[in-house]
Amino acid sequence: MKAKTADKIATYVIVTLALLIVAVLAGLLGYILFRGVSHISWDFLTSAPRKIRAGGGIGPQLFNSLFLLVLTLLITVPLGIGAGIYMAEYARPGRITGFIRLIVEVLSSFPSIVVGLFGLLLIVNIFGLGFSLVSGALALTVFNLPLMVRITEQAFRSVPPQQKEAGFALGLSKWKIVTTVLFPVALPAIITGTILSAGRVFGEAAALMFTAGMSSPRLDFGNWNPLSPSSPLNPFRPAETLAVHIWKINSEGLAPDAAEIAAGASAVLVITVLIFNLVARYFGRLIYRKLTASRRMN
Amino acid sequence: MRAQSSKSRIEKHHIEDLIGRSYMSFCVLLLIVSIVSMVYFVTSRGISTFAIDKVSFSDFFFGTNWSPEGDHPSFGALPFIAGSFITTLLAALIASPLSICAALFMTEIVPGWGKKLLQPVIELLSGIPSVVYGFVGLSVIVPFLRNVFPGQGIGVAAGALVLSVMILPTITSVAADALSALPQNLKESSFALGATRWQTIARVIIPTTLPAILTGVVLGMARAFGEALAVQMVIGNAPFIPTSLFESASTLTSVITLGMGNTTMGSPQNNALWSMALVLMLMTFLFVFIVRMLEKRRSI
Repeated sequence: MKAKTADKIATYVIVTLALLIVAVLAGLLGYILFRGVSHISWDFLTSAPRKIRAGGGIGPQLFNSLFLLVLTLLITVPLGIGAGIYMAEYARPGRITGFIRLIVEVLSSFPSIVVGLFGLLLIVNIFGLGFSLVSGALALTVFNLPLMVRITEQAFRSVPPQQKEAGFALGLSKWKIVTTVLFPVALPAIITGTILSAGRVFGEAAALMFTAGMSSPRLDFGNWNPLSPSSPLNPFRPAETLAVHIWKINSEGLAPDAAEIAAGASAVLVITVLIFNLVARYFGRLIYRKLTASRRMN
Repeated sequence: MRAQSSKSRIEKHHIEDLIGRSYMSFCVLLLIVSIVSMVYFVTSRGISTFAIDKVSFSDFFFGTNWSPEGDHPSFGALPFIAGSFITTLLAALIASPLSICAALFMTEIVPGWGKKLLQPVIELLSGIPSVVYGFVGLSVIVPFLRNVFPGQGIGVAAGALVLSVMILPTITSVAADALSALPQNLKESSFALGATRWQTIARVIIPTTLPAILTGVVLGMARAFGEALAVQMVIGNAPFIPTSLFESASTLTSVITLGMGNTTMGSPQNNALWSMALVLMLMTFLFVFIVRMLEKRRSI
């Protein structure tokens, strides 16, 4: 009977701790949304922050975060897919492959602040790009590239090998098979993974503090000339992102409503990441359904 | 005629393959260049504390006095190194049992709806940005600690609590993967011997998956060790070795976060911060090395 009592107690403990985690998440999300959502308004989302007076918004920061995300994905997606295809289809087991695998592993566990410092030294100072969106995007590339490589490699590895063999039987070149046979099949998984990694990039702050900068110039949203310093599209201007802004208000905010702004901005950040998650999941399911339907038809 | 067309076809194939290969080589090369230059730059700046400013290794790693701006500047980084290790270990101590229980819940207790419930929870927890964790820590955990325990609320305990929630998803997902990959017959034979579920978990399942679970713990610790902003917001940033859980402290990452913007490139203080970045980088290598060791054990 003793063993049975122990079993019962252990089960209770495990279930309680597992439910505790669910409660932690519910509490976290509930707290962030409860405190923040009431502060979110159209004005909050679009107006510029104020340093000392109350009532500032997060408009430029939100725009910067989205713009930086687009820039980063423009750089990392083609590069990551290229390296991922190499790892999945071309790399032969051996020293070089092992070395590249080690690099991907090390890069993906690098502390983001070290990546930020590296960006500060090489991109901001030595390349002379200064605190700018481009510097931030390049630092995030270092941060996001290993993730994209992994996503692509896994997506390509999960393609059934018969598809490749069929391509070879047709006499196609290997690159042709990769681009026209394997890539379309792997694409849904790559897109889902990319959206999830976009969520991570969107919330990243430590790597951006020293590369994209901690200030945002006065932006004129009517000015679409990408070379003008006040244009939001200028990639060579400093850009404080939403996550950096949250950190800054919490550690040195002077506005009397700093706590509310931090709560509102956190809620916006979390909601955006949630949307990324939901879109990735919905999209994955949609594509999966299409694929399975076509299989049933055959 | 026919021979000619097949020849041009082969050439077309070669050109296609060449383009593809050079594109991929460029991508892979970029990966290699990025890590090599990162290691080179961080190392070259990191050692200048010892090479140019003539701070001795023992002063840096074992000195407890951090006063870079005094008349007799001293660069003892031990408080920060100690702070990083203490918060990381505490976070792992809090998060590991929780994560392992969550993984067991998902795979052994109620594999059906347990997975459906916890999988999204884990994904969402890992998706929440670290500054948001810092903000919640600052506005929930810190006031709570201040009311219940002695001290200001900010400090080691707050940092460890915030970090433990952040690394929960890492450990849980690795452990759950390992548990669900376990061969079914191991469990069945244990049940056939009359063992209870807990006996099976404690004597069969945990011992066989231990290397994998430890991999998860080490990955979580790597994340905790490198996390900067969330910790910086709640730990208090005092340059002393903490003597109690509720005292302010600093970590390597929090000192770098606060100090790097206020120092000029090349000054002794700035170099000391780069040395700390070097320590962070070396710790990353160590964590990856441990993970690889554990994975080797797992494959046997």
